[in-house]
Amino acid sequence: MKPASFEYLAPDSLDAALEALTQHGWDAKLLAGGQSLIPVMNFRLAQPAVLIDLNRVREMDQIRPGGPEEGGGLRIGAMTRQRKLERDPRVAELAPLLHEAVPFIAHPQIRNRGTLGGSLAHADARAELPAVAVALRARLRLRSAEGDRWVEARDFFTGILSTALEATEILTEVALPAPAPRGGWAFLESSRRHGDYAQVGVAAGVWLDEAGRCREARLVYLSVGDRPVEAREAARLLEGAPLSDDAIAAAADKASRDEMNPGDDIHASAAFKRHLARVLTGRALRRAFARAQGAKGEA
Amino acid sequence: MTAHRVSVTVNGKSYEREVESRLLLSDFLRHELDLTGTHVGCEHGVCGACTVLFDGEPVRSCLIFAVQAHGRELSTVEGLAPGPGELHPLQQAFWEKHGLQCGFCTPGFLMTLVPFLEQNPSPTELEIRQALSGNLCRCTGYQHIVDAVQLAAERMRRDAE
Repeated sequence: MKPASFEYLAPDSLDAALEALTQHGWDAKLLAGGQSLIPVMNFRLAQPAVLIDLNRVREMDQIRPGGPEEGGGLRIGAMTRQRKLERDPRVAELAPLLHEAVPFIAHPQIRNRGTLGGSLAHADARAELPAVAVALRARLRLRSAEGDRWVEARDFFTGILSTALEATEILTEVALPAPAPRGGWAFLESSRRHGDYAQVGVAAGVWLDEAGRCREARLVYLSVGDRPVEAREAARLLEGAPLSDDAIAAAADKASRDEMNPGDDIHASAAFKRHLARVLTGRALRRAFARAQGAKGEA
Repeated sequence: MTAHRVSVTVNGKSYEREVESRLLLSDFLRHELDLTGTHVGCEHGVCGACTVLFDGEPVRSCLIFAVQAHGRELSTVEGLAPGPGELHPLQQAFWEKHGLQCGFCTPGFLMTLVPFLEQNPSPTELEIRQALSGNLCRCTGYQHIVDAVQLAAERMRRDAE
């Protein structure tokens, strides 16, 4: 298994990368960590004429404090390695959901190469980072030679391995809002073996009011649709009430029954995925709730 | 076809070659540098046999193009032993504990676990099993590999004191 021939470009600045992409458009593929692209090139399922390697664009792998739009938070360059997300103390403090989810991505050898932006742009509905981006209300910066726009994560994923990226755009950075007070997150998934793609995964977040009732909840799933799936109705069932076992069970039932459309595959039947989603939702909500109770109340 | 110049350091030795852009790093090591200790199993990032250190971190060399290694430092299984007739403590432990049968996967396990033990000198069994989860072995059932890692960790801790 050897890839087909291609023209290799390794720009050392974002401007040079954008110029190359403007010239080649859809004939070119962008090479980030390569942990999904190179396997499909090895199989010759992808045979791009031009490969634009972003690994020498140093301005794309920085982690910086977020701007006023994020109320603090973080701005993370798209070429930031997943291993760095796992280890960076700023990520652990300001994006605990991301910190918790990253170790579920494949194996250390993969995370040493795989990047935040590469995984988002690849848009595999079974991957952790797209679901985490939707759950965190991340905003994605898409730049071209002429333009510069921000897209909400939920609008970025448009279908199977499909995104809002145009032919001449590069996903350059990801803005994550600062965590709201009295909140907690939990990320859980089930897989056949450690490091495999999840049969089902869930990111659950809850925020409490001063009386300890649920002010807001979020539930976002991976591996149950053609893109990250958010269960808004189930989350709404939780809001405005104490997070009792009954309320959590009702939300888990609602999400797994009515708000996802998993398919059968060799790893799990659709019915089993719904079962996993229901069980994982309950566990994740209880864990997120416990963390929210322990979280600091001040903004 | 455009040839690209690649200068790399592998196990402390500098090499320079002209390569095609599509040449995988695994094939570069084996066919251009004759470092055939790095094994090629699945060639799509599943089996871990081709694991090498890229600037000190384990990566799958079948999922990197050789051109991307330009200016980088690599380590392969050939660089583990301190000298002729000697073995790295992890290699020694694999031998003693029967951490291999056919040996095909072994270079990838070693190159994954050497940096793991440097970062985590006292791993639990669960941590060891998670650390080797990206490497497939079809002979041992993994138990003897776990035993070898535990023995090596113990000896390396003792030697560090």
